[in-house]
Amino acid sequence: MKKPKFINLILIFILIFKTSYANELNSQVDQITKNLRCLICQGQSVYDSQSDFAISMKTVVKNKLDEGKEEKEIYEYLKNKYGEWIVYEPELNQNTFLLWLIPLILFIFGGLLITRKVSIK
Amino acid sequence: MKKNIKFISLLLSLIIVFIILLKGLNVSKDYSNEKLNSKIDFSFKVKKLFNDEVINIEDLFNQEDLSVVNIWASWCVPCKDEHPNLMQLKDMNIKVVGINYKDNPKNAKNFLNLLGNPYSEIITDKDGTKSIEFGAIGVPETIVINGKTKSIIKKFIGPLSNENIIEIKSLINEKT
Repeated sequence: MKKPKFINLILIFILIFKTSYANELNSQVDQITKNLRCLICQGQSVYDSQSDFAISMKTVVKNKLDEGKEEKEIYEYLKNKYGEWIVYEPELNQNTFLLWLIPLILFIFGGLLITRKVSIK
Repeated sequence: MKKNIKFISLLLSLIIVFIILLKGLNVSKDYSNEKLNSKIDFSFKVKKLFNDEVINIEDLFNQEDLSVVNIWASWCVPCKDEHPNLMQLKDMNIKVVGINYKDNPKNAKNFLNLLGNPYSEIITDKDGTKSIEFGAIGVPETIVINGKTKSIIKKFIGPLSNENIIEIKSLINEKT
């Protein structure tokens, strides 16, 4: 029996949708795991590492995204388990405000110096 | 005058950098999560090692008291080292829930047949995700949980020593 053409069309659509969803999910997992520190490896992110811990962590991130969790929620969940140290990018708070502010101050200060020098010349 | 301003600003920035570095010396460099008082979400399901029964993780823990969880695997050599100490906990009537980490069930059962089973219940963690729920980073690891607040009160990373056993016993006795 010949399959009607529209069924083939629907199947193709489903396949395209599934692959694009999988690709999007994988790139999201990569993006998040690049910002997670592998706690048992030296200087490696979870994304780079092939340790048992990192592999499990990638699965956890994927599962959480599948559950519909946002990137921020996943970071919060992992910070609750492992502390702030797990995330590479420190958040702006009382302990880290200097870390975020100093480059900005230096940038403005340097810019002012350069413009002053240029205007003097 | 201009030279003075340059000198003062350089001196000021040096002083600022010095103060920041000096303050940094006093900040603790201990990044281990051993002392972290994290909460556990007890809503996930787990599979038992011996009969493949799927249960809610909550059913394994005492809701009013402390519970001990040990993460282990048959392929992990330090787990063999700490095994006699876990047997000691069993002799003291302290219930330990085992999480069998990324292991072959057959090997895990052989391991217990050979060395004895110190666990009141054993659940499997094929992909390591259940251990992450407990904030673990590998095997062996032992965690003391407060069932009432659903939080981790103590973590022992690595094989349990005799001192650790005494500490666990005193923690449990303190509560009861």
